[in-house]
Amino acid sequence: MSRFEPISFFDQQASGKVAQYSLLPFSFTSLDAIRYVVTNIAGEYMLLEREPLHRLVSGKLRADEPLYVDLRARHFLTDEHSKMAPDLLAIKVRTRNEHLANWTGLHMFVLTQRCDHSCPYCQVSRQSEDKLAFDMSREHAEKAVALTLRSPNPAVKIEFQGGESFLNFELLKHVVLFAKDANKHLADPKDLKFIVATNLSVATDDMLDFCAQHEIGMSTSLDGPRDLHNANRPRPGGDSYERTIAGIARARQRLGRRSVSALMTTTEASLSRAREIVDEYVLQEFGGIFLRPLSPYGFALKTRFFRAYNAERWLQFYDEALDYIIELNRQGLDFREYYASTVLTKMLTCRDPGYVDLRSPAGIGMAGVIYNYNGTVYASDESRMLAEMKDDTFLLGTVDDSFETLYTNETFLQAIDETFSYSAPMCTDCAFEPWCGADPVFHWRQHQDMVGRKPESEFCQRNMHIFRGLIARMEQDPFVRRLFTRWAHTC
Amino acid sequence: MLKLRGKIQARNTSTKQSRMVHVTSNALLPSALRHNTALLIKGDQLAELTEELVSTLREAKPFAGVLLCGAEAALAAAEQAAAGLPDLYLLPEAYVYLEMGDIVRLNPEGENISVLFRKNSPNNSLLLTERCNQLCLMCSQPPKRADDSWLLDDAYELIRMIPPGTANIGFTGGEPTLHGDRFIELISSAKLNLPGTALDVLTNGRSFKSESFTAKLGNVRHPHLQLGIPLYSDDPVRHDYVVQSRGAFDETIHGILNLKRHGLRVEIRVVVHKQTLPRLVQTCEFIARNLLFVDHVALMGLEITGFTRANLDFLWADPHDYRDTLSEAVDVLRSYGMHCSVYNHQLCLVNQDVEDVYRKSISDWKNEYLPQCTGCVRKSECGGFFSTQIMYRHSEYLQPFTT
Repeated sequence: MSRFEPISFFDQQASGKVAQYSLLPFSFTSLDAIRYVVTNIAGEYMLLEREPLHRLVSGKLRADEPLYVDLRARHFLTDEHSKMAPDLLAIKVRTRNEHLANWTGLHMFVLTQRCDHSCPYCQVSRQSEDKLAFDMSREHAEKAVALTLRSPNPAVKIEFQGGESFLNFELLKHVVLFAKDANKHLADPKDLKFIVATNLSVATDDMLDFCAQHEIGMSTSLDGPRDLHNANRPRPGGDSYERTIAGIARARQRLGRRSVSALMTTTEASLSRAREIVDEYVLQEFGGIFLRPLSPYGFALKTRFFRAYNAERWLQFYDEALDYIIELNRQGLDFREYYASTVLTKMLTCRDPGYVDLRSPAGIGMAGVIYNYNGTVYASDESRMLAEMKDDTFLLGTVDDSFETLYTNETFLQAIDETFSYSAPMCTDCAFEPWCGADPVFHWRQHQDMVGRKPESEFCQRNMHIFRGLIARMEQDPFVRRLFTRWAHTC
Repeated sequence: MLKLRGKIQARNTSTKQSRMVHVTSNALLPSALRHNTALLIKGDQLAELTEELVSTLREAKPFAGVLLCGAEAALAAAEQAAAGLPDLYLLPEAYVYLEMGDIVRLNPEGENISVLFRKNSPNNSLLLTERCNQLCLMCSQPPKRADDSWLLDDAYELIRMIPPGTANIGFTGGEPTLHGDRFIELISSAKLNLPGTALDVLTNGRSFKSESFTAKLGNVRHPHLQLGIPLYSDDPVRHDYVVQSRGAFDETIHGILNLKRHGLRVEIRVVVHKQTLPRLVQTCEFIARNLLFVDHVALMGLEITGFTRANLDFLWADPHDYRDTLSEAVDVLRSYGMHCSVYNHQLCLVNQDVEDVYRKSISDWKNEYLPQCTGCVRKSECGGFFSTQIMYRHSEYLQPFTT
C-alpha cells in the first residue's frame, strides 16, 4: 500500500468529461487554410487547428487533453488549479509596457537640410549653398538640447539628421559639447549617447576623429551593389558608392568594427535584386540588414517613386531576401534581418524593443521627437516629411515652447489616444496586435485618419504578411526556429 | 560517503548532558576556551599520546572531551595510554576526517556523535525540522510528524558557534518555514552572528503566500540570503502530484512573487526525473516567461535516498536518455538570459552544450566515483555520483573521457 496518490488524484477535473474552465483574454487569426495563430494579451502564441480552437472557445475541452494543459500553463484559460494566472499575466503585460513610462528617448536634430546628394526618393534634402536658409541655428540647437534633457527618460540618444549632417559639422560639434556639459550639471545625469546619420561622402578624418573621441555612432545609407546604389543616390561625380564604402572603412578604423550601421531604401530597381543587395551587406561585413520599403512622403511621392510598386510586390522582395538570409545562416554565416529580429523579440520574449513604428500607442513623440532645422518640433521624422508636403498636422510646436506645451499638444494627445491598438477597431480582434503597433502619420497621409482603414492599410498588409511568414517559417523548420530564437533574444 | 553521525564509546564521563563542542587539535588551548571544546587526537597522532601529554592534560583544566579517533588497534593502545582522563571518547576510524574548527554534538549517555559543522566543507547545512506540508515523491528526507522544535534550538546554538569567516551555510528540512515567526528570528540571528556568511534556505515557498510573513523576512535585510524553491512543472496538476499536495503549485508561485516583491533572492530548483521530464522544457519556458526575475534556476539530478528508493521504478530516468531534453531546457533558460545551473549530473552524461552551466555540486560528504571513472581524464571536473546512486542505480551509459 503506497502513501502516494496517482496524478489523477490531483486533477480536480473529472476525467473523460468536459472541463470546467474560464477563458482568459486571447485573440485568434488564421495563419493558413488549417491553422490559427492564438495570442494571449502578453503576446504568447500557440497554433491551433480550427476544431480544437472551436472546442476551446465553446468550453468543450477535456482536462485530460495535452492541449488543455498547454493552454492552461500558457494562460489562455484558467480553472480552479491556477488562480495565479491573472497575476502572472498582469506582470507580463506590465513588463512589456514598462518602457512607456520612460517617455521620449530618441531626439533627432536636423542640423541642415542641405545635402550633396539628390536622391529622387529623398523627402527633405536640398541642393543649396544657402546656409542661412537651411541650417539650424546655434540658439535653436541649444534650446533643443535643453528640451532633450527635460525628458524623464534616464537614457537619451541624440541623433543628428539632415540633409547631410556633416555639412553642418560646426553645429554638430557644438551640440555634442554643449549637451555633455549640460548633462553633467543635471542633478541626475542621463545616459547620453549620440549617433549621426550621414552618407559619409563629405566626412573628413578630423570629423571622424571627433566622433571617435565622443563615441558617436554612425548610421549611413547603402542601397546595394555599386550600380544600384549610384543610380538610386546621384551626386556630382556619380561616386556615391565609392565614397560611402571608403567612408565606412575610415569610420570603422577609428570607431571600431561595429560602429557603423547602414540603412537601405528599396526602389523599383531594387526589387529584382534582393540577393545582390544582401550580398553587398555581407561583403561590407555588416551583421545584418534592415529591409524597408519607401514611405509615401516628400519627393518619393512627387516623383512617383512611391507608387512604383505596391505592398504586395515589396513583400515578394522581402520574402526573397529573408529566405536568402536564412540560407546564408544555414551555410554558417551569422547574419540577420533587423525588422524580423524586432518582431521576433516581441513574439518570443517578454521584452519589447520599443521600435518606433511597432509601438502601441504609437511611438510618435513618445519614442522619438525631431527638432527641425528651422526650430520647429515634430512628433517624428515622417511628421516633418509630411510637413514638407504642406501638412503640419504633427507639428508639436517650436523649440521656444516649453516641454509641457510641446507634449500636451492636442493633435499629439489625440494621436496617442487613438492609436492604442488594443482598443483600435479591427486591431482589437487581431491575434497579431500584441506584436504590432500603430503608425498614425502613415495612416493620416493615406486615409486622413490617424487610425486608418485597416482592410485597405498597407501598414497592416505588410506587417500581417511578415508576422505570418515568420511563424510559418519557424513552425516548419527547427533550424529556423533556433535561428529566430537567437535573433529574438539578441535584438 | 562520510559518516556524519553514529555510535562512539564514552569513558569517564563527567556529565550525562549531550552538548555541542568545537573541535581542536591544540592541546595547549587557553583554559578559558576548554569548557566547550573537545581535543581531537587522531590517526598517527594517537602514537604521540605520551605519558607526559596525558599527565599535562590531567593537571590542566579539562577539555569538554578528548576525542581519540583511529583504527581499532591504535585506538585500543591510545585508550590505555589515556586511561583515567575524564570525558574520553573513542571514535571509529570513519571520523578520521574531523579537523580543527569542526563542531560536533557529543552524547555521553547514548554514546553517539553528530558532526554538525565541518570547517573545510563548502556544504554545511543545518536541518531545522523534519516536518513538512508536502510529501514529494523523491524526498530525500522523508517527513515526520513529531514535534522537533529542539532542532531549531540546536540551530540557534550552532549559529553562535560557527566561525564568522564561514563562506556559506544552508538551512534545510523538512519545511523550515513551518516554524513560523521562529524561522524569521533564526534568519535574523544568522544575520547578527554571521553577517558575512551566505545563507541558502531550502523551502517549498508556500508559507510566503502570506504577504505579511514575507514582509517580515524582507525586513530582516539579510545581505546574503537566498531561498531555494522547487517548481516541478508548468502544469499545476503535475506539480501538485510530484509534491503530493493539492493547491501547492499556486501557493508556491504566489510565494515566489511575494518574495521577489520584497527584494529577496530566489532560486528555482527543478529535480529532473521521469515524472517531471515530460514537461521539463515547457516548465523552463514557463519560468522564463513568468518568473524571469528569479535569480537562478537549478536543474538537478536525482539523489537515490529516502522516498526515491521506494519510488525508483517510476522516478528513474537515465540521464543518457534525456540528455537532449536537458540541453533544450538549458537552451531555453539561457536564451532568456537567466542564470542557470545543472546540478547532480555526471559530466559524460550531459551534452557538450550544457558544460558551461554544469556544476560539481554533490556535497563532498556524499560524493563518489565508480571504478571505471579512475582512468577518466576529466574526473576532476566531474561532480561524480551520490553514494546512493552508486549503491542503487546509475546510468548504463557512462563513458569515461579518454582525451
